[in-house]
Amino acid sequence: MATVASDRLFGKSIKRREDPRFITGRGQYVDDVKIPGMTYAAFVRSPHAHARIRKIDTAAAMRHPGVVAIFTGKDMTGVNSLPCGWDLRKEKNVPGVVQDLAMVPHMPLTSDAARHVGDPVAVVIADSHEAAIDGAEKVQVDWEPLPAVTVTERAAASGAPKLHDGAPGNVAFKWEIGDRAATDAAFKTAGAVTVKKRIVNQRLVANAMEPRACLARFDDATGELTLWVTSQNPHVHRLLMCAFVLGIPEHKVRVIAPDVGGGFGSKIFLYNEEVVCSWVSRRLKRPVRWTASRSEAYLTDAHGRDHVTDAEIALGRDGKILGLRVKTTANLGAYLSTFAPAVPTFLYGTLLNGVYAIPAIHCEVTGVFSNTTAVDAYRGAGRPEACYVVERIVEAGARAAGMDVADLRKKNFIPKFSGAFQTQVAVVYDSGDYGAAWDRMLQMLDYRKFRAEQEAARKQGRLLGIGFSAYIEACSIAPSKLVGALGAGAGLYESGKVRVHPTGMVTVYTGSHSHGQGHETTFAQIVADKLGIPIEQVEIVHGDTGSIPFGMGTYGSRSASVGGTAILMSLNKVIEKGKRIAAHLLEASPKDIDFSGGQFQVKGVPGKAVPFGAVSLTAYIPHNFPEGVEPGLEETSFYDPSNFCFPFGAHACVVEVDRDTGNVKILRYLAVDDVGNVINPMIVDGMVHGGIAQGVGQALCEGAVYDGQSGQLVTGTMMDYALPKADMLPMYETDRTVTPTPVNPMGVKGAGETGTIAATPAVVNAVVDALAPLGVDHIEEMPMTAQRVWKIIQGAKGAR
Amino acid sequence: MKLPVKMTINDQSYSHEVEPRLLLVHYIRETVGLTGTHVGCDTSQCGACTILMNGQAVKACNFFAVQADGANIMTIEGLAKDGELHPIQMGFWEKHGLQCGFCTPGMIMSVYQMLERYPKPSEELIRHQLEGNLCRCTGYHNIVKAIEWAAEHMPAKK
Ligand code: FES
Ligand code: FES
Repeated sequence: MATVASDRLFGKSIKRREDPRFITGRGQYVDDVKIPGMTYAAFVRSPHAHARIRKIDTAAAMRHPGVVAIFTGKDMTGVNSLPCGWDLRKEKNVPGVVQDLAMVPHMPLTSDAARHVGDPVAVVIADSHEAAIDGAEKVQVDWEPLPAVTVTERAAASGAPKLHDGAPGNVAFKWEIGDRAATDAAFKTAGAVTVKKRIVNQRLVANAMEPRACLARFDDATGELTLWVTSQNPHVHRLLMCAFVLGIPEHKVRVIAPDVGGGFGSKIFLYNEEVVCSWVSRRLKRPVRWTASRSEAYLTDAHGRDHVTDAEIALGRDGKILGLRVKTTANLGAYLSTFAPAVPTFLYGTLLNGVYAIPAIHCEVTGVFSNTTAVDAYRGAGRPEACYVVERIVEAGARAAGMDVADLRKKNFIPKFSGAFQTQVAVVYDSGDYGAAWDRMLQMLDYRKFRAEQEAARKQGRLLGIGFSAYIEACSIAPSKLVGALGAGAGLYESGKVRVHPTGMVTVYTGSHSHGQGHETTFAQIVADKLGIPIEQVEIVHGDTGSIPFGMGTYGSRSASVGGTAILMSLNKVIEKGKRIAAHLLEASPKDIDFSGGQFQVKGVPGKAVPFGAVSLTAYIPHNFPEGVEPGLEETSFYDPSNFCFPFGAHACVVEVDRDTGNVKILRYLAVDDVGNVINPMIVDGMVHGGIAQGVGQALCEGAVYDGQSGQLVTGTMMDYALPKADMLPMYETDRTVTPTPVNPMGVKGAGETGTIAATPAVVNAVVDALAPLGVDHIEEMPMTAQRVWKIIQGAKGAR
Repeated sequence: MKLPVKMTINDQSYSHEVEPRLLLVHYIRETVGLTGTHVGCDTSQCGACTILMNGQAVKACNFFAVQADGANIMTIEGLAKDGELHPIQMGFWEKHGLQCGFCTPGMIMSVYQMLERYPKPSEELIRHQLEGNLCRCTGYHNIVKAIEWAAEHMPAKK
């Protein structure tokens, strides 16, 4: 029988309940699932960045021992293009569209031409992994290599090789936001200081440690297809695959995303491989498994960022920001990935207001196709790019105006508010106290003391620098109606089902998905608190369309705020129903029943009470039961938020640059984040740490590099793509301010992406500051590798 | 052509006929069925596949199964004894040294050797010793703390 818990768990650093299986090697990731009769898929991929397919000869490969079947795009008749779930078109009244999105096809196996290195053209199915790979090597493709373009700024230039018939000039779309005329006027203000800089946000690869994988099993007898896949959102995978690509009945498909080893956005999207394996499994009536090698992952996981921007800021004589003008070219890669068009538009332009009171903003974005891997959301998705532009150009402006970078920011913060702040770029912020987080950070840093130290160090010839970033982010994505009006093909609510068992034990089914976020702990804290039961009596189930209600999954820092709220709503319904049952048992009226500490009690009569477990038992053995109430105790809710939530914060990074080698060393990293109320501080801190590391990674070492001539991905392995390692990073100094959001009842905003958004500009600003004595006032490109910094030092006018 | 291999993994002996090109990590995962050892890369950078072979922390993707013939191997599954977590495992749990958990088995096995060599490592030494293990989730902060916790809680050597 259920017992009663006493302590409130909301706000406590409960140790994670999922950890015992991971630390003992008993996690179940997709590649760990084995089923009898399994076949293995290997994909034949384009070695060229751009090439027409003349002919594919599979005869020799078919003769290879162990090979079961080979399919090309031509075999997959009746199969449609992978869908793009965001439609920027004027006829859809999507705001800001200047040129309609070119909805170019993206076939699971391309049969006319390959448009990037790694584009799959055939699949070999074999009895063993080795035989599949050997077979794939024997498939002969007669290629006609074509000229390729990979460089963002050249993709839409005249004479660039064309990728798609449906996209003249390789332009995917043109879009704008803000007020052009007001911005032009702001830049003409008498006495204004204006600065224009080119700011490049390089292409990244998400690099979740677990490579993507899938296992499709078609059951001939029942007609059911089960797909295990590395997904952040199994229902989205199911819907897109069934309704758009394969045209198979959704209710006969079960998608399971078991333990997933990190996502960072890259596992949101529907990819070629899972579609092909599902199709093949139906065709061969055998299970088909595929697991990406890391090299394959580099070529096929959606990449992130890849923006080239001209940013301009106008400052008044008093240091107040007058206007911001932004022109961005966003490289979308060879095809439109699932949510690609949303990232450089509505997730980017809408965040350019930052934490500042900027009277006029205008932003134009051109999306372009190139012979590179498709680009889509990567941790932060659009928001890091916006924050990077704002926080770099604000510092450039401060330097040009001869003002302290910290003072200038403080002068321009939007004053504390709760409820609504209308930005110049459509969105309405929910609550903020930007100055408070900033002041706390400066205090932890001891800013004036640092400047004195820096001065002393400079006299000795040492290059010490500090960089700041005051960021804002939009998360808990988002109101369905709003995103629908902006071109989304999906709703963005979340589901939560609470099943109370007769004994008072509780199983919760959530549409959110955990791939490291710790839902099994955080959500259980919410449930245990609300029902007043020990956390041990709560189980959280996620990631299986066979058991969870239709849900949208995890991205955009939405699990606690959207998924958690859906669970809370169901808990409230459970309690309401419980009150009616308890009232009947206690011979009182439901409105006179209070529920607290796991007890239903008649108000003001402590002796007249029944515990939660007695009510749940009665619900399933309804002998003595109120009229008109259904037996059972199980509730489902779908929560659609009324607005985004906008976490914010202030980060600072202190670096020392080695004058001789150009090596950048991080001496301190400080982060004060405001993510609203916090359910589990330990977990939130962990996300902040991980986010910072990814942001620092972009600033210092990461970058996907294509060879401009051949179009080959030069950084195609972990040996070539530099991921941040433990010895590059310091212990992070973190703290929080708490400004709850009025948007949802728990007041939680979201914490998954803050660090990534904030860290990159903080680090790069710090390097610029360190090099300031040499006359450096801006750095266009990342990462700040020793080589790049060394070159900058050599080229600086004050170098000697 | 297949070759016979025989080895001890977590105190159990196994013998199979394998293709000479079969990697040890695939042998452990696919043939023996111990899936706690992970594969995160194909260039021996990530360390997710780290195991102990004859007492040395090695990357199991760097060996062919046939090279491990006769070896004594411990994987993550063999670390907890009689249901008792090892202090390193407890440290990772206690200090939130993992998020998605994919790098964790390799991390833990590599820390096993680190603490044998350096029972009381400094932060700097820990970071340096983690050279061969990548984690994309934690930013390493809590991994360092987990290792410090484990170092404090390791039973004294006899
Ligand atoms: S699998 Fe990456 S090092 Fe072995
Ligand atoms: S915990 Fe996810 S990679 Fe380390």
